[in-house]
Amino acid sequence: MKSGRREFLKLGAAATGAALFPGRAWAQSTAARVVVVGGGFAGASCARALRQTDPRIAVTLVEPNPTFTACPFSNAVVVGLRELRAQQFTYDRVAADGIVISRTTATGVDPQARSVTLADGARLPYDRVVLAPGIEIRWNALPGYDQAAAAQMPHAWQAGEQTLLLRRQLEAMDDGGLVVISAPANPFRCPPGPYERASLVAHFLKTKKPKSKLIVLDAKDAFSKQRLFQQAWSELYPGLLEWVPLSKGGSVTSVDAATRTLVTDFARHQAKVANVIPPQKAGRIADIAGVTDRTGWCPIDPATFESKLQPGIHVIGDAAIAGAMPKSAFAANSQAKTCAAAVARLLTGATPSTPKLINTCYSLVAPDYGISVAGVYQPSGGQIAEVPGSGGVSPADAPRATRAAEAVLAEAWFRTITDEIFG
Amino acid sequence: MVRFVAAAIGFVSIAAAVVASAEPPAGAAACSGCHPASTRVTSPVPRLAGRDAAAIVKAMQDFRSGTRAGTVMDRIAKGFTDEEIQAIAAWYATQK
Repeated sequence: MKSGRREFLKLGAAATGAALFPGRAWAQSTAARVVVVGGGFAGASCARALRQTDPRIAVTLVEPNPTFTACPFSNAVVVGLRELRAQQFTYDRVAADGIVISRTTATGVDPQARSVTLADGARLPYDRVVLAPGIEIRWNALPGYDQAAAAQMPHAWQAGEQTLLLRRQLEAMDDGGLVVISAPANPFRCPPGPYERASLVAHFLKTKKPKSKLIVLDAKDAFSKQRLFQQAWSELYPGLLEWVPLSKGGSVTSVDAATRTLVTDFARHQAKVANVIPPQKAGRIADIAGVTDRTGWCPIDPATFESKLQPGIHVIGDAAIAGAMPKSAFAANSQAKTCAAAVARLLTGATPSTPKLINTCYSLVAPDYGISVAGVYQPSGGQIAEVPGSGGVSPADAPRATRAAEAVLAEAWFRTITDEIFG
Repeated sequence: MVRFVAAAIGFVSIAAAVVASAEPPAGAAACSGCHPASTRVTSPVPRLAGRDAAAIVKAMQDFRSGTRAGTVMDRIAKGFTDEEIQAIAAWYATQK
């Protein structure tokens, strides 16, 4: 009875949709409607790019938080080099572009009826929807690491209160304490992020609590910008920072939050401060919308970012399986603009063009020591692939002046990209 | 009916042309991740909007060949062909 009624409602909604929007692509008298779910680097970029590409498109951005808290540079907040408010942005300028901000949570997407359901049960009809939900923690994928454990052993991988919790724990620790950071297997948000964090925590310990020690337990044997990080670690933090790769027993198999213990196949590490960067998946709405595959992430068309699983739904940013592109803020912004151009064309019945995308990502190894990775990407064989011969990391033999220049460029990048998206 | 469809197709191609003219060429939209779109932002990285197209082309070619040292632009320029560089430069030259 219950499911019968639901089916009836679904049919009704589908029929209404079909009756209201026949030949949608040609019906230019009413504005095409795009709903963007998630107001981070990907979603807010996409919403604004849609309006810039074609001001006739009616864009609604669904985002429950009144302010956005950015992850890039949040490692500097963790170690007291920066305040959290420098990471926070409102949606005032986004709204000023004529984008309707729906300050609530999207709880459903109906690809047949083409509507997004909101927390209060209201439905937002769309011609195309863009999901930019970022990541969700896979609670209990690492045994013992649930939401309660995160209050003792913060992940600080979604910026905000978790960032401040890890900072308070580091500040409160006595000199001589053991800090442990655990890094997950691929893929995860911000591939160089755990190693930037380890670097800055090592800098904090060296300058504030020099008798302390930092161990990084890694579920991998290789990581982003590895040679550059390790070169800098031996130069700046010898004896202070120890990286334990998978092959040396670095993979954490369980945690005990009450005692801040991280367990591997070979050892138990009881930490004074434990930062668990746990396994992740695409944000919840992606799963609800049926656009995640068995990996927990979202397969997409490399030119349009339309889901390979559900028509009319696009996925951008960390939630997407973007081939060679890393899960970074720059990549999210680049994907958002590509997706917006494709959506604008698809709404008019035009063929999307073949895009080229860029990623640039800086990491701080110390406040005046920056390193970078850059890449150029294009669709190839149904995936996003790196353009052969392009991209790469900072030179290994660069002088300190180059590292200092990259630290300055890193901050300039943050100011620039956040101004474009939120300014 | 045939007439209606023909009119509709005509409209679509006009609409597509309008969109295409506003749409940056491949790769161009990504530049503003580092090159400020706004004059509000203080950055050592130059704005591209309104710059001379030939100067952008020369800079990209020099970064690509290695005759000009870059921090990340040497690595990024290697991902673009001459035709792509020219299209990007021409587009930025017309932006404000």
